[in-house]
Amino acid sequence: MFYIDPHIHMVSRTTDDYETLAKMGCVAVSEPAFWAGYDRGTVDGFRDYFEQLTTFESSRAASYGIQHFTWLCINAKEAENVALSREVIAMIPEFLDRPGVLGIGEIGLNKNTHNEAIVFLEHVDLAMKTDEQILIHTPHLEDKYQGTRMILDMLTDDSRVDRSRVLVDHVEEHTVRYVLDEGFWAGMTLYPVSKCTPARAADIVEMVGPERLLVNSAGDWGPSKPTAVPDFILEMRRRGHSHELIRRVVYDNPREFFSQSRGFVFNPPEVSEASSCD
Amino acid sequence: MNTETTSEAALDREYLPARARILEIAAALDRIERAAGDVADAPRLKQLRAAIALLLEDEPGRAERVQLLFSRDYDQRWRETFKIAR
Repeated sequence: MFYIDPHIHMVSRTTDDYETLAKMGCVAVSEPAFWAGYDRGTVDGFRDYFEQLTTFESSRAASYGIQHFTWLCINAKEAENVALSREVIAMIPEFLDRPGVLGIGEIGLNKNTHNEAIVFLEHVDLAMKTDEQILIHTPHLEDKYQGTRMILDMLTDDSRVDRSRVLVDHVEEHTVRYVLDEGFWAGMTLYPVSKCTPARAADIVEMVGPERLLVNSAGDWGPSKPTAVPDFILEMRRRGHSHELIRRVVYDNPREFFSQSRGFVFNPPEVSEASSCD
Repeated sequence: MNTETTSEAALDREYLPARARILEIAAALDRIERAAGDVADAPRLKQLRAAIALLLEDEPGRAERVQLLFSRDYDQRWRETFKIAR
């Protein structure tokens, strides 16, 4: 089955991973900017990172027939440095018209602090002024519920925000309904220990339905599995769910959400699934 | 959402994995107790025990309630605390 991974950090993965993803049916990935595992010290460090995301990474993906899209921001983990965050936010527009850029992300909260909230709001303001879509990171573990509610408060307070153009990621059982009920898109991240498993993601689809729901691997430099979306597909098949339902979550929904971005120029696979080795 | 899976089929599929996970939790609790020192009053251990008790409740939504048990509280006046205007 063809699928799109809407949240994966390919700069942290090997070229072999691209090959594996292609073999498993991945036709496109979207890569939000994120934390490198250490705090970058300068705006030029981010400029180089955005250069990598918008040039090298897309060409590396294309070698395997995978279309690469990206989102730009300074991650919440680095938002305690408000001065640097403001320099980065001011620099982001240099890259917004590059091919494959879908918007601002993954912005959000990490430990739900004052400075994180300030930098989040300034990112949202940039997105509104530049008419960009937004991809949002919600915190992990014990901070997720509180942080998700705070993020939704900030978004719903801003009358400029078109909720159908915002994806709130890393939802789990206790946050997914808040996100969907407010009219946003929701992403489930399949990630060992700290987020969702393929089985629990399938449970959530069964409980809330497939509308505005996406699934991703968030594969990165930590313990993670870039092929987690095919694991979800297999889990859904084992439960007897239809091809159409599975395809909606892993292909149609991300395509529909991304298509609201002017940077999403998508070339569907030329081979139909009926004639592919599905 | 309507799925064609029957509860009997779901039990067939989930029985052995659930049994294995329960054994892992039992063994982890034994491991903690066997280790040197005493954490009987540790808040995190109490939280684990509360979560295990929650599994025995007879209504759906257990996963969501477990998540909330392990979550920090949300204070809807957080903006006032942070002095961030609407």
